[in-house]
Amino acid sequence: MENIIYKNAIDLNADFISGKHTAVEITQAFLDQIEKENKTINAFVRTNDKALKVAAQQDADKLAGKDLGPLAGVPIGIKEMFCTEGLETTACSNLLKGFVPPYSATVVKKLETAGAIIIGKCNQDEFAMGSSNENSCYGDVKNPWNIEHVPGGSSGGSAAAVVAGMSPITMGTDTGGSIRQPAHFCGVVGVKPTYGRVSRYGIIAFASSLDQAGPFSKTVKESALVCEVISGQDPMDGTTSSLPVPEWSKNISADLKGMKVGLPKEYFSDAIEADVKEAVDKSIEWVKAAGAEIVEVSLPNTHLSIPVYYLVATSEASSNLSRYDGVRYGQRSDFEANPPKDLADFYSRNRGEGFGEEVKRRIMLGTYALSSGYFDAYYKKACQVRRVLKNDFEEAFKKCDVLLSPVATTPAFKINEKTSDPLAMYLNDIYTTSTNLAGLPGMSVPCGMTKSGLPIGLQLTASHFEEQKMFNVAQAVEDAADQVKRWPNG
Amino acid sequence: MAEFGNSGWEAVIGLEVHAQLNTKSKMFSPDSTKFDAGDNQNIHPISLALPGTLPRVNKGAIESSVKTGLALGCEIRNKSVFSRKNYFYPDLPKGYQISQFDEPLCEHGSIEFFVGKEKKTVGITRAHMEEDAGKSTHHGEYSLINLNRAGIPLLEIVSEPDIRSSKEAAEYAKAIRSVLRYLDVCDGNMEEGSLRCDCNVSVRKVGTEKFGTKVELKNINSFRFVEKAIDYEIQRQIDCLESGEEIIQQTRLYDSAKNKTFAMRKKEEAHDYRYFPDPDLLPVSIEDSWIETIKSSLPELPRQRAERFVSEYELPEYDALVLTQEKAVADYYEKVVKESKSPKASSNWIMTELMRELKESKTEIENSPITAAHMGELVGLVEAKTLSGKMAKAVFADMWSTSKSPKAIVAEKGMSQITDPAQIAEIAKKVIAASPGQHEQYKAGKVKLFGFFVGQLMKESKGQANPEIVNKVLKELL
Repeated sequence: MENIIYKNAIDLNADFISGKHTAVEITQAFLDQIEKENKTINAFVRTNDKALKVAAQQDADKLAGKDLGPLAGVPIGIKEMFCTEGLETTACSNLLKGFVPPYSATVVKKLETAGAIIIGKCNQDEFAMGSSNENSCYGDVKNPWNIEHVPGGSSGGSAAAVVAGMSPITMGTDTGGSIRQPAHFCGVVGVKPTYGRVSRYGIIAFASSLDQAGPFSKTVKESALVCEVISGQDPMDGTTSSLPVPEWSKNISADLKGMKVGLPKEYFSDAIEADVKEAVDKSIEWVKAAGAEIVEVSLPNTHLSIPVYYLVATSEASSNLSRYDGVRYGQRSDFEANPPKDLADFYSRNRGEGFGEEVKRRIMLGTYALSSGYFDAYYKKACQVRRVLKNDFEEAFKKCDVLLSPVATTPAFKINEKTSDPLAMYLNDIYTTSTNLAGLPGMSVPCGMTKSGLPIGLQLTASHFEEQKMFNVAQAVEDAADQVKRWPNG
Repeated sequence: MAEFGNSGWEAVIGLEVHAQLNTKSKMFSPDSTKFDAGDNQNIHPISLALPGTLPRVNKGAIESSVKTGLALGCEIRNKSVFSRKNYFYPDLPKGYQISQFDEPLCEHGSIEFFVGKEKKTVGITRAHMEEDAGKSTHHGEYSLINLNRAGIPLLEIVSEPDIRSSKEAAEYAKAIRSVLRYLDVCDGNMEEGSLRCDCNVSVRKVGTEKFGTKVELKNINSFRFVEKAIDYEIQRQIDCLESGEEIIQQTRLYDSAKNKTFAMRKKEEAHDYRYFPDPDLLPVSIEDSWIETIKSSLPELPRQRAERFVSEYELPEYDALVLTQEKAVADYYEKVVKESKSPKASSNWIMTELMRELKESKTEIENSPITAAHMGELVGLVEAKTLSGKMAKAVFADMWSTSKSPKAIVAEKGMSQITDPAQIAEIAKKVIAASPGQHEQYKAGKVKLFGFFVGQLMKESKGQANPEIVNKVLKELL
């Protein structure tokens, strides 16, 4: 029998529609794989005990001849940042343990309407703060290609789940690279749509002006399809765009004739590891072979993106995380045993015990950057430089349609390799953060493997709302790399 | 004018009026703003600040704010920004309040009002939108939080420090309330907290330019307390300075029971609010055409109405101001005049008899047992001399208690005035015949007895005889 768990979402939907497999069979196959592999990988923090019920309902709906969505019969893992009605949602923080939302994020509702079956919630760095998935109250996620390595972060669980065959597609969020970098580390496709494409309502906020939800999948086309499903204006999120959502998945074309692909020269530094450099260089040849013209462009202020990002993101986060005070929901300190001295003690014990180290570090950084006397020098200055970075991209996109670069300088590093040096960890985001600062769509598509057997991704970035161009280049790379057939277990 | 005794001190006062806008739903969430809902009933996930929820702007609240801004002569920004004011308090669900900081919706306005007979103009620095917090109640060992109020739209109207006395402050606050009520954007109820007033008070030597250190007074929930709290605070500051102490910049709470202000604990006010633009909300863009539409739909405002009352009804300015301060009173007055055709007499009846009864019974004019039509009818009957002033007061009392029309009461009790000289002469003859002794004395020159006969006649006519005709007829007959 064909192995269901190595099929992609589009094929699974077709199998379900054609009657080859029932939704229950498909869902059960992935649940079995989670049961088998999660002990090692730790990609899921919980499965959805209603998943089989939903699948059975879909089987019944199909028999009844009801309309089925483009993701009907397709299980999906949802990052723990997304609120899921009736299903515990914690952002992988001790502070939110036990929180069961009374509503679902708009993205989750749209996925369910399209027929996707929520199979469980994926591990991540606490409040999406991290680049290695080592900051989770549920423990580290292991990279399925080599369990001594990290899967990347913050959406490490979502990326690992796809390549471990636990879910054909998953959802992540990307604030400074949290989809693209784990996609690179795990060898899957990961897409961050344009800021404003996808509603943020019901997604736990890290940094509101940067956060954007997007999918992980094995192939470009699946991700394009999921992006179609989740995009569109939402009255519940005033920052969503009213632009129509194109049928990206149907329009994908690997023929790149007439397209200009730009290489930002600042993204090709000596810091890039040889294997990564080689894979990216090979991709450039593939893109050229597909008909694209390669041009060199410049993003001269790239070196400022990390400091700007860590000021903007932490400032917003310090405010966004204020609501986690233990007053209305979430975990409280043990006040029965040890009553609070006063209100300040109540807050500091709830938050001090609930938040992890990295989250506390960022809250403090952001609080400092917004404080009177420092605001102008830090937050305000960062916003001004953010504008400059945006302008750099606008200039670059006058010369090309899509930017091509590495996602990071290295492939997946080892667990605990960077935990003692937060700054080294932050520098891992050097090529990904400016995309968020500029609100651009970006993605990672697998393009090769290191000699030691770790995957390598290629980053593609397009101008605002030009996701199609990015998907087309990615499709050309996917076709040439033929990475889709590779799985960690053979 | 606002010096204190001969001390040579002058007060400098600015007010921050917080008006709850009477929109159906909250500023950034769809739950109801109803005041009388059960505890924690109006709590949409957005109001509770559940993880992942986002604010969305209530257009109605912006419209009400623009209206108010225009009525106060403010410039309206085409682009205004919502900012987060960050602080921790259990009844502030998000850990920040969405407010406006450096780009408020309305700026640079002013308002005119009277303090006694003197006209005063106070500048409006700004009026900005924000959301209300929930309500905490403290019960010794524990505190309770009601989040129904959390997220209700507020318009904070900040005055220039143009106010110089407690009386001016109270009149300013009343004038603002009056505008809000004319616009029907806020019910202005200070006791229920839909209108709140913080007062910034400092004192300086008369003639100096520099402001003294200011103190912010909070927890003031009536116009009377605005006056009392400021008076207390001014005196406290003068006493401090005269005894060589310095004024500490602080927030003080007014205790109406003790009529004193108390410093809030320092810890509670040592806030660094870390304002920054709310990234969840795009800047509010308002097109000039919308501002023009709102402007052209503004109702007549209290000042304009008072001016019209003076020109159209030839009322004294004082009457016009009293009658127009409350829209409902002004509406009532105009209905009365329509019926009575006597503007000044109508004004007198409303400002004395009716206002007194309303005040004593704590009744709003909208709920007056005497309708404007009935009131107008009564004034008309007096003007037509159908009722004497004295009879009219008796009829008024009946109207108040029974809600009947004056004509019905007059008919029931046969109370209408007798103005027919022949009929009065009949009664006069009877009265004279009944007191021959007094008549003799009168004729002998004891003219004082005229009053006695008038009294007898009025008694006989049950007070219904017209006094002027009585005088005339009696003189002839006696």
